[in-house]
Amino acid sequence: METSRDDFIIAIRSAFLKKGTQQRFSLLSLIFFSIIFLILGSLNFKVINYVKIGINEIVYRSSFIVSGPENFIIDNYLVVKNHLNLYKINEKNKSELENLKAKDLLNEYIILENKRLKNIIDDYVIKSDTIIAKVLSDKGSPFLKSIIINKGSKHGIDLGMVVMDKEYLVGNTVEVNYLSSRVLLLSDLNSKIPVIIEPNEIFSILSGTGKKNGVIQYSKKYEDIKDDSIIYTSGSGNLFKAGIPIGRMVFNLLSEEKKVEFFSDFSQLRFVSITSFIKDETK
Amino acid sequence: MIDLKKKNIIRQILSSMPLILLFISVLNNYDFNYLGLKYFSFNFSYILIFFYSLKRSESLGYIYIFIAGLFNDVVLGTPIGLSSLMFLILCVAAAYLRNITLRPNLIKDGIFFLVTILFINSLLFVALNFIFNYELDYFNQIINITFTFLLYFLFSNLFDYFENYLVGSINAR
Repeated sequence: METSRDDFIIAIRSAFLKKGTQQRFSLLSLIFFSIIFLILGSLNFKVINYVKIGINEIVYRSSFIVSGPENFIIDNYLVVKNHLNLYKINEKNKSELENLKAKDLLNEYIILENKRLKNIIDDYVIKSDTIIAKVLSDKGSPFLKSIIINKGSKHGIDLGMVVMDKEYLVGNTVEVNYLSSRVLLLSDLNSKIPVIIEPNEIFSILSGTGKKNGVIQYSKKYEDIKDDSIIYTSGSGNLFKAGIPIGRMVFNLLSEEKKVEFFSDFSQLRFVSITSFIKDETK
Repeated sequence: MIDLKKKNIIRQILSSMPLILLFISVLNNYDFNYLGLKYFSFNFSYILIFFYSLKRSESLGYIYIFIAGLFNDVVLGTPIGLSSLMFLILCVAAAYLRNITLRPNLIKDGIFFLVTILFINSLLFVALNFIFNYELDYFNQIINITFTFLLYFLFSNLFDYFENYLVGSINAR
């Protein structure tokens, strides 16, 4: 019994402390380093933050290079797929274009009227300069739904700026480095934004699910939400400008959950625009 | 002379292959750990680190594993140092198994690997859920552990084949 316990201790000690032929550090010292990183990182220790920013810059660029071949294959696959569907898409586009032309005229009038009314109630916001950024990495982490973009504080990016794909909301910046930033997507579990559901003007909170879709939470008029309703930002809390389109409601017969399908496909983002909305003080 | 140089370069590349694979798996966008499929995901890095720490500890330096862990944390957005810690615990388990093993057996290695990843994932779950307030899906973790365990046998044979027939044949020449 004594001998087997001794053997166990010897094996464990050797595992922790013995350095192999190619090893410069023992496992114990590296484990010690990791724990120090973890503790100091959670305490927001300055040195660790600088190390983190340095690693971020290296990793984001390297990740973009390493993912090059894979992105090349995916892009080509999409190009071929698009070519095969070209005729069908063209027919669909033609009919949609006719509809949109008619709606556009009406929209223009509504936009002008809306501007005028918002000016009256002192709620008119204007867009800051839009920065276009390339998506460096969109690793589908199970812990964090985010993308890395190639613009940072050097280019005028700030924390909490609005990130959009064309006219659709994608998320906001949550980490800004010198040359790169991380954008928290709307699909992330921790993303919760105030929205309005039209028609019926239902105010609610849109929450990410960690998957491709989002869900509607905390609404008093939960039953009034209809299938295919459109979700816009409500502008509450001054987080986002009101009226940015986000997605549409998709009902599932098998579940009670009110799912939201985002207009933008977060897995296909290549370029995004970053902007912030500020109140118009020029009046 | 040129032939010898060329052979040396190939030998260098082949012997560094585990390290290259580890860094690619950590930095690449396409992650086996999160394929977007509901009932399939596995942790390739765990398999690679455990196998090479157990069978050929000289191929993967601990310091590289530590750095790969830091990179993994940055890419995944988890607290920095956490993946390094998990990777190194995996190395400790592999080193312990190597020390107590007289006659290597794939089944026993596999079972020991299962126990280790169960421990590591429990630790990860506790750390992320209770200390750092990340939300984790318990069911996904179970799926991930199961497939990581099952695929260990497949990758173990593949790595064995790679080491014996490709790296071995170059070294023998």
